[in-house]
Amino acid sequence: MTSNLRWKLIAILAVIALAVLAFYPPKDKVRLGLDLKGGVHLVLRVQTDDALKLETETSAERLRDELSRQGVTVGSVAAQDVRSFRVEGVPGDRDADFRRIAEEWVGVSFDRSSSAGGVYTFTLKTAQVTRLRQEAVAQALQTIERRVNELGVAEPIVAPHGDGDQILVQMPGVTDVSRAKEIIRSTALLELKIVEDGPAPSREALLAARGGQVPPDLEVVPGASEAGGTGPVFYLVKRVAGITGRDLRNARGSLDENNQPAVSFSLNQQGADKFGQLTAQNIGRQLAIILDGRIQSAPTIEGRIYDEGRISGSFTQQEVQDLSLTLRSGALPASLTYLEERTVGPSLGQDSIRAGVLASFIGLGLVTLFMLAYYKLSGINALLSVSLNLLILLGFMAYIGAVMTLPGIAGFILTIGMGVDSNVLIFERIKEEMAAGKSARGAVAAGFDRVFLTILDTHVASLISAAFLFQFGTGPIRGFATTLFFGLLANVFTAVFVSRTLFELILSRRPQAAKLSI
Amino acid sequence: MDLFTNANYNFTKWRWHAIAFSALIVLLGLVQIARQGMPLGIDFSGGTIVILKFQQATSEQQVRDALDTLPGEKVVQQYGAATNNEVLIRLPQAAQGEQGTSLEQGARQVMDAVKAANIGQFTVTSTEIVGPVIGKDLQRKGIYATLASILGITLYIAFRFRPSFAVGAIAATLHDVIVTFAFLTFFGYELSLNIIAAILTITGYSVNDTIVIFDRVRENARTMRGVALEQQVNTAVNQTLSRTIITAGTTFLSVLALYLFGGEVLEGFAFTMLVGIVSGTYSTVFIASSIAIALSKNVVQPAAPARAVASERPRRRERRNV
Repeated sequence: MTSNLRWKLIAILAVIALAVLAFYPPKDKVRLGLDLKGGVHLVLRVQTDDALKLETETSAERLRDELSRQGVTVGSVAAQDVRSFRVEGVPGDRDADFRRIAEEWVGVSFDRSSSAGGVYTFTLKTAQVTRLRQEAVAQALQTIERRVNELGVAEPIVAPHGDGDQILVQMPGVTDVSRAKEIIRSTALLELKIVEDGPAPSREALLAARGGQVPPDLEVVPGASEAGGTGPVFYLVKRVAGITGRDLRNARGSLDENNQPAVSFSLNQQGADKFGQLTAQNIGRQLAIILDGRIQSAPTIEGRIYDEGRISGSFTQQEVQDLSLTLRSGALPASLTYLEERTVGPSLGQDSIRAGVLASFIGLGLVTLFMLAYYKLSGINALLSVSLNLLILLGFMAYIGAVMTLPGIAGFILTIGMGVDSNVLIFERIKEEMAAGKSARGAVAAGFDRVFLTILDTHVASLISAAFLFQFGTGPIRGFATTLFFGLLANVFTAVFVSRTLFELILSRRPQAAKLSI
Repeated sequence: MDLFTNANYNFTKWRWHAIAFSALIVLLGLVQIARQGMPLGIDFSGGTIVILKFQQATSEQQVRDALDTLPGEKVVQQYGAATNNEVLIRLPQAAQGEQGTSLEQGARQVMDAVKAANIGQFTVTSTEIVGPVIGKDLQRKGIYATLASILGITLYIAFRFRPSFAVGAIAATLHDVIVTFAFLTFFGYELSLNIIAAILTITGYSVNDTIVIFDRVRENARTMRGVALEQQVNTAVNQTLSRTIITAGTTFLSVLALYLFGGEVLEGFAFTMLVGIVSGTYSTVFIASSIAIALSKNVVQPAAPARAVASERPRRRERRNV
């Protein structure tokens, strides 16, 4: 055996060892999808009232701001319930102005009714209510889908369920259920608001200076105390947020100035414009960073800031990762409640999976028999390289934590097919070369050299297709593309390198052989 | 053992017949799909979820057999812990009727079917409407992904071989997809995620097969200078014939095992693959190369023969660089 050949064999053994290490023990390392193993079955309800409430409150706020900008002083503007708000004390002499402004700013979505004494009630139109509820569910569906997918759960089922405000989620694997639930559920509503007053140890202390009343354009928000303090603190902040999670471009884990885990975020163009203006106008004041209605921190604005910010608080590393994930996937428009949480069996059914496994073995057996009958001893060579291909592919899949599903297995089948095909191509070529009068050694060398270009072309074409399918596809298409991609890479290695080394090994024992069992 | 020794069949002679035959099949397929519409499975259309609780242990297969009389592809899943004897059934949307009626209809159909099968006492725990898993948005994304990958392959083949070869390869692939869809519609299979995976696999095979032949044409170009492209292609098809048959044969064999012994859930998947493999092998030999030849001729014909030779030269140089 030449030293060249020895190194090749060592390289092959090393790859085998790495692959086995990656997926051993398969019970723990190779994860099976919903169709093969089942998982968790959740039914969620979207609290669509939240979306109505948000629309009502922001509309009331917009109207109030516009009224004061145009110099129409009214008594109060306040939300009544989720779909209506009330304006009191409209001065009689400005009534026409008020109606004009109201029509212009909230007239599209709200019906107006008036009663004596300059009191007006604005109620969301029924068509708007329907639209907002539908939008909230659609947006929640999309957000949950993004979150579940980012969690690395392959091929979940996320579908509308029931009468319209429910969502069905099925996820494979049961180990991370509680964390998955946390991520699905947390609203991750980020708001940045200017602080008017605070912190104070209690709501009463905060409002003492204002006669115990919350001014209509402000609200009290609780938060954790800054370092050193104990107990909750309260801030009085602007009711309308300067920046919300919608203005985010990205969010990722980072460290704050004390080297504590924090979440850094960057804003999109529109958000950056707003943020720049807001911070420039409020230098020296505090900015409250509010997450899901709780102040995380309230740093002082030192200067104009454009598109970067950081949320610090007492986070763990895991919390930071989860928070940036949920911020990235977008805020849920409404909160969620769980209606059902069960485990489910495989959607293909236990029995049909058994049948499928049996059938696959029968199929592989038939192919093996054919290869051995047709290519004799060289058939063993082909079987070895195809088996090694599968071993490497399995190792890859376990290493990247992919979940095996039926579409993924279709990728396996295509990989086996291409593996067998590559060997057939090579063997047929070797036969041709031998028929043309070459020695065994010469035929093997010529066969591999000539076919290499063909294998390269077929594999690159398929790799391109797999890459596009992965990039633009979702769910099962991605599962298929992932398996195919790694299967093709492994196949180039096994069909070209391993198979050739095996032939060289055989020929090195009888260098002068004129014939080959093929 | 050899399958073919010095095979020399005149495949290209039949290319116009093949193109006409395929055009007819594809046309019939399109008419078939347009007339019947591709029935969509529960993944695409949504449907009804019915949960049954049995008094004694009942296997999913028993329930599935009981539901055999109902139209469409059903999903039967164990629901909750195995000892609960609860089974979740997903039924595709009934073809017509409003949501409300379809919900009751679905539940009643399930109850009637399971009662008729007489596999034990049960109660209906709940019935709900469920929306499609692959909504409009995901469908659109899936189609874009497929188109992008076809475009990618086309560009690669055009770059490595000739533009006319790329058109031939893609035409053959589309031919296979349409033929497969037509067969699925004709035999009443519903479009499900598993069938989509099978179709993606087929396109992979089809392109792979075609490139093998084109590669041989390119290799032969060196030794067959001055020979008509028609002849070059025919030689390449004959040289790779054993490989084409063996690869198609072994794949067909293993998928046939899946079709015969894989159980009814995998039947649609295996059926799609079987049709695709047969169509793919045929289209590789007859369609891809025929279209490539036809298009290449159209490009060269108007020019004088001398220019046709001249246009060969740079291509050979490019090949050597590879």
